[in-house]
Amino acid sequence: MNLEERTAYGDIGRKGLWENNTALVQLLGLCPLLAVSNTLVNAVSLSLATVLVMALASGAVAALRTLIPYEIRIPVFILIIAALVTCLDLAFNAWLHELYLVLGIFIPLIVTNCIVLARVEAFAAKNSPLAAAWDGAAMGVGLLWVLALLGSARELIGAGTLFSGIDMIIPGAQAFRLLGDDYPGLLIAILPPGAFILLGLLIAARNAWVARATATRPTAPHAPADAASA
Amino acid sequence: MSDAERDTPATPPAADPAPAETPQNELTPPASAAGTAARSALLLGTFTLIFTALMALTFEATREPIRASVEARRLELIAQVLPQGDYDNALLTDTVQLPTLPALGIAGPVTLHRARRGADPVALVFEAQAPDGYSGTIRLLIALRADGTLGGVRVVAHKETPGLGDYIDPAKDRATPKWIAQFAGRDTAQAGSWAVRKDGGDFAYMSGATISPRAVVRATGRAVAAIAPAREALFGLPTGASAGEVFK
Repeated sequence: MNLEERTAYGDIGRKGLWENNTALVQLLGLCPLLAVSNTLVNAVSLSLATVLVMALASGAVAALRTLIPYEIRIPVFILIIAALVTCLDLAFNAWLHELYLVLGIFIPLIVTNCIVLARVEAFAAKNSPLAAAWDGAAMGVGLLWVLALLGSARELIGAGTLFSGIDMIIPGAQAFRLLGDDYPGLLIAILPPGAFILLGLLIAARNAWVARATATRPTAPHAPADAASA
Repeated sequence: MSDAERDTPATPPAADPAPAETPQNELTPPASAAGTAARSALLLGTFTLIFTALMALTFEATREPIRASVEARRLELIAQVLPQGDYDNALLTDTVQLPTLPALGIAGPVTLHRARRGADPVALVFEAQAPDGYSGTIRLLIALRADGTLGGVRVVAHKETPGLGDYIDPAKDRATPKWIAQFAGRDTAQAGSWAVRKDGGDFAYMSGATISPRAVVRATGRAVAAIAPAREALFGLPTGASAGEVFK
């Protein structure tokens, strides 16, 4: 891998994780993820499934891109994504059954998550399989860390615990009760409005950070987070 | 630099999908519309076949693990209302089909499992639904012992408010002993009139969230009152039989 390619891959990673972050900048495909981000385990599980689908779908589309006629590319993309998600849904049902019951309809709904199709159309259809899989994974991991943060915050504020439901993945493992047994809980953090409020705060924090970073380095090359392009 | 501007090091072949800004037919000589359509249809059909095959293979590969998971989950649930050491028969296959009974709150037939130890009847395990939860239906799993006492009740699925009404689910209940535990061991002779204390019954509840426990107590009472008088007849039916006659 020469220097230029390495820079390109670094660029893809940085965009996915921070500059063009799915959850904080592009705000794409958030509905199912906000719905299941009420605990850390749920948020990370569905994000991991999304990362897997994005990496596989982008890689598969990039590998097949020379065979896909331009006119019918969208049906073919959706076909590929839907097939992969169906396989993943079956795998969850078979080997992570408890988690499958919790995530329920949101696993099949990954098909309709617009970020998956967006990356396939905007990137994978024009790039090599490796770069496309890396782009899908980076975009997915960008979503994952934000969702993990959101899930932790909602769970901790709402119920005073972390890792509740971990026994669905590692049998016998225990959740941490961080705020003591008599923590009354804050219901709104667990209910859907809590997801929107906390996501709003995270976006505000990121914007403030970016604004400060730009203000303190006025001569640095300006790298706008182009939310509009997504 | 936007993603659209980046391209692969490899030279794209002629059939490569063109970027969104440049429609393909500006670059390539116009093919006949029918030819393009036929080619697209053929390719779409081929892709569909390939990916359907992939899904079919996965389905076959996961069929057995899924069946095992569903069964294990079911036995685990039943174990919460009836300890596994209490019976020694194949509970999941020793069943009878209940007809649609209004008392169970479930539209359509319900499978009733029969637990036995040797030849002795131990308990009946069946599902019921409370239609009047705070937000929708509450699904219950009930174990009724052969001596007429209640083995236990578990909430299988519900949409009650987190942190308020969801203490009917022992996984969410932070009280000790769990709220749902007060069903275990009750005599069911008066089940038809079970109610929470607020309604004049003797079932405890947490103030501020009465609707969920009320729904569970009433639904359990109704279901048990309907099934309990028929329990001897139900144990006597052959495996897989319909219990329609019993409830005539």
